[in-house]
Amino acid sequence: MATDNLADKIPDFNSSGGKQGGNGPVDVSAIAGIRRAKGIKEIASVLALAIVVVTLLEFILIWSNTEAYVFPKPTSIIQSLFTDFSTLYWKPLTQTVQTFFMGLIIGATIGLALAVLVTLKPGLDIFISPYIIILVTTPMVALIPFLMLKFGFGMTPRVIAISLATGPMVMINSATGFRRTNAELIALGKSYGATEFQLFRKIRFPFALPMIIVGFMVGSIFGLLTAVGAEMVGGGMGLGNRLIYFSSLVQMSQFGAVLVIVATFGVGIYSFFTFINRKYASWDV
Amino acid sequence: MTQATRIKITDVSKIYQTETKTVEAVKNFSESVKDGEFVCVVGASGCGKTTLLWCLSGLHPATSGTVHIDGELLTKPLPDRIGMVFQDSNLLPWRTLIENIELPFQIKKKPVNRELVDELLEVAGLKGFENSYPGELSGGMKQRGSIVRALAQDPEVLLMDEPFGALDAFTREEMNLFLLKIWERTRKTIVFVTHSISEAIFLADRVWVMSPRPGRLSRIVDVEFARPRHIDLQFEPKFIEILKSIREDVEGSKSGKGN
Ligand SMILES: Nc1ncnc2c1ncn2[C@@H]1O[C@H](COP(=O)(O)OP(=O)(O)OP(=O)(O)O)[C@@H](O)[C@H]1O
Ligand SMILES: [Mg+2]
Repeated sequence: MATDNLADKIPDFNSSGGKQGGNGPVDVSAIAGIRRAKGIKEIASVLALAIVVVTLLEFILIWSNTEAYVFPKPTSIIQSLFTDFSTLYWKPLTQTVQTFFMGLIIGATIGLALAVLVTLKPGLDIFISPYIIILVTTPMVALIPFLMLKFGFGMTPRVIAISLATGPMVMINSATGFRRTNAELIALGKSYGATEFQLFRKIRFPFALPMIIVGFMVGSIFGLLTAVGAEMVGGGMGLGNRLIYFSSLVQMSQFGAVLVIVATFGVGIYSFFTFINRKYASWDV
Repeated sequence: MTQATRIKITDVSKIYQTETKTVEAVKNFSESVKDGEFVCVVGASGCGKTTLLWCLSGLHPATSGTVHIDGELLTKPLPDRIGMVFQDSNLLPWRTLIENIELPFQIKKKPVNRELVDELLEVAGLKGFENSYPGELSGGMKQRGSIVRALAQDPEVLLMDEPFGALDAFTREEMNLFLLKIWERTRKTIVFVTHSISEAIFLADRVWVMSPRPGRLSRIVDVEFARPRHIDLQFEPKFIEILKSIREDVEGSKSGKGN
């Protein structure tokens, strides 16, 4: 029957997960909620503090005569970043970025599709959820040696691991968002004769968007972790591989430079999704 | 004035089956609503008012019994004939007021009836707020917005579930007057659920009093005050008399069965 009892099946992803309230199985609303610096003055003071911290670090390292192999000086890292960027860092960066995005796109697409599926067919949830939970809780880097046996040394094993790290995060958050859609809003749509597809497009999806974005953000951060981790374990290419390489040669300035690049990438991901969230989901406070 | 029957409810029962228990939310409910009539449903919390309304809207099927709209058996929502107004204004927070009002048109893939929308916005005092987001509107404005959204579809029947329940007393009176103004103009058939007995008497032609567990129609009160009604009506002895007698009914049914 077209009009099955709505109120009877107000779905709740949380009750099966055992956790109530907050922002679903993975609550990272706190990360997304850090207040943004406003105005030139505030931004300038934040930057000024950063410069002070870095300068202080530099001087402490000079005064304490710390050797470069123990802790590289900020200036030497910055210098290496500028002089060696195109020769030492550009290629591994592109390799990491490429595998990361391929993994993210594949993982997020499958994750979103599964989220839609379990929303439309709530009965499937109990069959899919256990695997999702296992995937979320197991570090995907651990799979790399095994995947490499199967798929060799190329990009494939890494892309698979990254997809497996990002997909479940996107799925679990999106599904929670879809399901948490207010039952009255769904009823409203139905009372105007909305089809299941229209309900998704006009109500469920926009309603879930903040959660979906959070899923993408956390998924991406997990994905980056997996990408770099896989390169460290799997050898061959990417920024993770460079970290191992430079540290084994005790080239700590270069090591620091790679670390800075990885961190910048991570912060970039965070900022991007924060921006997207502010732009497209600002109604959700 | 002889009026046709708009809504005919025949022996409707609704049983909720949950894992732990079975709730008879509505039991053997039979009544009808005439064209252009304003019916209010009152009763203690949990007595099945919302359940009844959802059965009338086609949003969920009755466990047994039938609902006919204009003689036609109701099996699913009738978006062109029945409008639903919910307890929360239910405006989508990511859409502006006007985009919310346009939503049903988009769902039905019909052009927006600008003339009607404009007129309704005018009556609702929402002119100039079309591009505001619900978060920027007051509770009363949001409720008026949701009523405009429903009326813009020009339904024959308006089902309202405690639309003013969350508002303060003053705003509520204002909204009651607004609703009567609209109703006197359009003569929609309205079934209006409320907790407030005085609101029911003030608005309705007839008040259905429900008693809980199982939810039954325990009494029907005809309210024959002349229209248009003035807000001071609620201080008249006759009004207070009706209020007291319904109140005794609702209270009595609550303590009588709830032990
Ligand atoms: N989806 C549901 N599953 C199980 N029981 C339900 C469900 N919806 C309502 N009930 C039960 O049915 C009874 C009637 O509920 P209903 O919401 O219709 O009452 P109401 O008169 O609208 O109450 P209120 O005035 O508080 O809104 C209540 O006992 C309630 O617990
Ligand atoms: Mg109710």
